[in-house]
Amino acid sequence: MLSKYRTYISILIKVDSVSGFDKVITSYAQALEGLEDNMTVVAGGFGLCGIPENLIKEIKRKGTKGLTIASNNAGVDGAGLGLLLQDKQIKKMIASYVGENALFEKQMMSGELEVELTPQGTLAEKMRAGGAGIPAFYTATGYGTPVGEGKEVREFNGRHYILEEAIVGDFSIAKAWKADRYGNLIFRKTARNFNPMAITAGKIAVVEVEEIVEVGELDPDEIHLPGIYVNRLILGTFEKTIEQRTVRSA
Amino acid sequence: MALTREQLAQRVAQEFQDGFYVNLGIGIPTLAANFIPQGMQVMLQSENGLLGMGQFPTEDEVDADLINAGKQTVTMVKGASLFSSAESFAMIRGGHVDLTVLGAFEVDCQGNIASYMIPGKLIKGMGGAMDLVAGADNIIVTMTHASKTGESKLLSECTLPLTGKGCIKRVLTDLALMDIEDGKFILRERAPGVSVEEIKRLTSGALVVPEHVPEMIF
Repeated sequence: MLSKYRTYISILIKVDSVSGFDKVITSYAQALEGLEDNMTVVAGGFGLCGIPENLIKEIKRKGTKGLTIASNNAGVDGAGLGLLLQDKQIKKMIASYVGENALFEKQMMSGELEVELTPQGTLAEKMRAGGAGIPAFYTATGYGTPVGEGKEVREFNGRHYILEEAIVGDFSIAKAWKADRYGNLIFRKTARNFNPMAITAGKIAVVEVEEIVEVGELDPDEIHLPGIYVNRLILGTFEKTIEQRTVRSA
Repeated sequence: MALTREQLAQRVAQEFQDGFYVNLGIGIPTLAANFIPQGMQVMLQSENGLLGMGQFPTEDEVDADLINAGKQTVTMVKGASLFSSAESFAMIRGGHVDLTVLGAFEVDCQGNIASYMIPGKLIKGMGGAMDLVAGADNIIVTMTHASKTGESKLLSECTLPLTGKGCIKRVLTDLALMDIEDGKFILRERAPGVSVEEIKRLTSGALVVPEHVPEMIF
């Protein structure tokens, strides 16, 4: 009886070949199975650093429309989330900084694209809270500014704070450096940025990585984000475009 | 003479203290890193998740996974640490960063700052600036004292949408170093060769001029 029930449940909730704790899937089409028009996607990355570039390309290929995307930035023309602007797949962008993107500006100015500018730390905390089951939090950031307009204000110890609500996505798309098959993740340098919080904030968290090792090969103490937050894991190859290549002479 | 960009950066660096964790905004604040006094240890925080930012990499050292908040490739100093954006802003919001330096369009004598948005012009976003001004106790704003047409940017009330309310206590312009106390600018130092009269003329918010206002020393 119980095993029958389990099979039934697994048919209902498993949209891919994932079994047990093994989160590895092998195709990008599988990675975003279930992503539909008008869904909310939480994305990792800062500028073009640590962005889930292949998952973004897959959303473009799939042609999903009307998306609300929460991500610190919106990519640049022709790279990162900028790719999804070409076919007007994004309805609303929740971001802290959207410069360096002519197509974005055009769609924002014409009103085709709604933009909710959110302070960077508040955005990170909204994702963290979303993943941690906290519906809202108070922060001093944005009090007395356009960001605070219409939001509940409370005073604690003589200082004003505004109430900011958490973000939970239907999907999250993120990039890590290394994973084991269970989805335990290690990020690399500043490519970590929003990725851990973005992953926790998605109902279905999809992560692409540069390397997948066998279970037991990662030192548990070194894991930055436990696999419990990860639903689907895929091995990718990455272009890693650099936005501002600044060098000094050797 | 109004201060050059380098002199502004140099004056900012005079505010550094040994053992300070410092967040430097894009532009002139970033230049201040070039003037950290010899023998003093200052750790630079980059809000995209790095404490201990080093200089730009050599061609061989360039790493797409290692950038600063301005999206420039950087390196790490010995003793650096890496973390998520949530952790980074916990440091900032929690008041753990000793000094924050950032630019502005306008500051007023109530300590309000406007730095991210000019209505009618393109809106790019506040990035981390709102969190930085709300979180830090010790902030220096670097800016030009007046516009090219001579209009003061040190006002009795900011005209542009605010980045933060009542959070600025120190402003360094190309003409003067000023503190903000009890709804007034207090003139602390003048740029070399700049008269008190000129600063008065170009400051539209309430200004207190102490008896002695020394010139900045470089």
